[in-house]
Amino acid sequence: MSQQSPLRLADDEQLLTGWGRTSPSLAKVVPVSTVEEVQKCIEESGPRGVLARGLGRSYGDAAQSGGASVIDLQQMSSISLNASTGAVTVGTGVSFHDLLLATVPAGFFVPVSPGTRMVTIGGAIAADVHGKNHHVEGSFGNHVQEIKLVNGLGELRALNPDDAQSEEQFWATVGGMGLTGVMTEATFKMIPISSSLISVDTERCADLDEVMARMIESDSQYRYSVAWIDSLSASGRGVITRGDHATREQLPEDKRATALAYGPKALAKTPGFIPSGLLNKFTVRAFNEAWYRKAPKHEQGALQPISEFFHPLDFVADWNRVYGPAGFVQYQFVVPDEASEVVGAALRKLQSVGAPSFLTVLKRFGTANPAPLSFPQAGWTLAADVPAGIPGLAAALDELDELVANAGGRLYLAKDSRQSPEMFASTYPRLKQWQRTRDQMDPKGIFKSDLARRLSL
Amino acid sequence: MNDALGDPQSVLVLGGTSEIALATVRALPRNRLKRVVLAGRPSPARDAAIAALTSAGIQGVSAIDFEAKNTTEHAVLINQVFDAGDIDIVLLAFGVLGSQDEGEANPDLAVEVATTNYTGAVSVGLRVAARLKGQGHGSLVVFSSVAGDRARRSNFIYGSTKAGLDAFAQGLGDALHGSGANVLVVRPGMVRTKMTTGMPEAPMTTDPEVVANIVVAGLRKGKNTVYAPGPLRFVMTALKTLPRPVFRRLPQ
Repeated sequence: MSQQSPLRLADDEQLLTGWGRTSPSLAKVVPVSTVEEVQKCIEESGPRGVLARGLGRSYGDAAQSGGASVIDLQQMSSISLNASTGAVTVGTGVSFHDLLLATVPAGFFVPVSPGTRMVTIGGAIAADVHGKNHHVEGSFGNHVQEIKLVNGLGELRALNPDDAQSEEQFWATVGGMGLTGVMTEATFKMIPISSSLISVDTERCADLDEVMARMIESDSQYRYSVAWIDSLSASGRGVITRGDHATREQLPEDKRATALAYGPKALAKTPGFIPSGLLNKFTVRAFNEAWYRKAPKHEQGALQPISEFFHPLDFVADWNRVYGPAGFVQYQFVVPDEASEVVGAALRKLQSVGAPSFLTVLKRFGTANPAPLSFPQAGWTLAADVPAGIPGLAAALDELDELVANAGGRLYLAKDSRQSPEMFASTYPRLKQWQRTRDQMDPKGIFKSDLARRLSL
Repeated sequence: MNDALGDPQSVLVLGGTSEIALATVRALPRNRLKRVVLAGRPSPARDAAIAALTSAGIQGVSAIDFEAKNTTEHAVLINQVFDAGDIDIVLLAFGVLGSQDEGEANPDLAVEVATTNYTGAVSVGLRVAARLKGQGHGSLVVFSSVAGDRARRSNFIYGSTKAGLDAFAQGLGDALHGSGANVLVVRPGMVRTKMTTGMPEAPMTTDPEVVANIVVAGLRKGKNTVYAPGPLRFVMTALKTLPRPVFRRLPQ
């Protein structure tokens, strides 16, 4: 009898990483297109378990699981929009990109949009993503009306935030990083728009204090607000952009006929070979200088397309590759208003290790939702990219973690690839409650990710 | 598994009292290290190794009984270790030097050296590799030796076991290519340890800590082979090209 070698790679095995391209692991990738196929995959689960993966845009190890069956949901791509109520029911493999192509021309926009449209709805719920409107409208989970999910026993369940039977499981799934089951379908409310343009006010601020003061003063007047910070400037200067959907009437007359036209494009592609060290303090300083100067000192009511305002990350395809072969981490934390000084301290700490970050973003969060593992809570959130190869980075980020934790803050799981299990457990005080619900939904412990193992979730 | 910055959480040392392996454990980044398993014979040396690592501030150090020559026990042992949780780094560090003269006089002794250094490593190496591939990530570090690069008259019994081990480890690394798991072959020169106490020092003799730092750097960079110290690579390349009559006449 001949035996198959356990060392041989099977055709369906693939190395998976997150968007940061660090810590790859091998998994069996299983494309599914029906609920039955999802159930079959769960029934046949091996010792390493099962995990759903969307477009792999979480930065760390959330959407990978070494040795597991990783379900690829991209074929779960149905979109059904109720134009009279604005409610949409979609397969969880649908991306924001596909959804917006289908709904913007019909006059509807997503209730919350992350910084890239290359995220699936399943991923958006699992990470409970936020956008520029969190300070007024909360995160994605706040807008979801129903989730259909196959639990760890292979049962298809409808989870609903207004149903006493399932609300706990609903909120455990929002922000639950795919560890409560495989979501197959979701229903949420879209917002009506009468044009595909955003009316944008831009303000350039000479230092971090001014950026933060201006945001506290007037964020409430805007639906969307975010600030870009020049992470390499000693002052922490930045550019605040805020706005709302332009109405058809705000458009010049010649544009009104095509007010809902929508055709986003990626303008450039990252070249094939990137030497490590291309991004350094000098190149990023030059980029940041240009970016700061490009912004008008003060401008009101400029009209920008949806993609330019919401999805700046999508203008260069595969931009994650510019950090070179070692990959990168994105450090994103939130701290309460009382601890606003942590923002400046974090920027200085990153500067001190020589971490060049050109996508450094500051934003104010509104109140948290009921999901135990949801990241946003009222206060300030800062996100910065850092190349993984920088010497001394591990220790510097551990020190930052301590600062954030002591201030009552925490890190975003969709971005995390390196925090310690202790840091995580101490900053998400409702972890135990979430674990109890998860254990009901997945009593056999089938849903596993590298992130879950790393953080002992 | 290793985090994004390359910091491991768990280590298995096969040959749990190896000075070079213990130095390697001490040299690893320990911010995330929570489990270190020392596999070796029950002995005061093993107890001392646990105590030393623990007092150096490393958490979760434990021991498990392991005998390289008892290959029939390896499957159960390796499964037990991996079933308790993923292992990020396996150090295959057992081996005996033996005495060339005694081995020539009593071939049974030479067979013992071969069984431990080569047969034992094949048995445990294949089982570890299957588990690393099964978990989809992890590194196997195999401590070979420059003695395996070219067998010398004075220690060819030991040298040939390392040559076999080295070839095995290279092949295993190729088998695992693209699997998320990888093999790092380490070829140290003479290292100042118990094994070499009392022997005359060869040129470029080094310390366990130096080897350890080279291993940790090699792991971080994803290398396949490292020499310790590094320049030995060029010395060995030169030695390997010498014709046998010349090589034979070199001081042994």
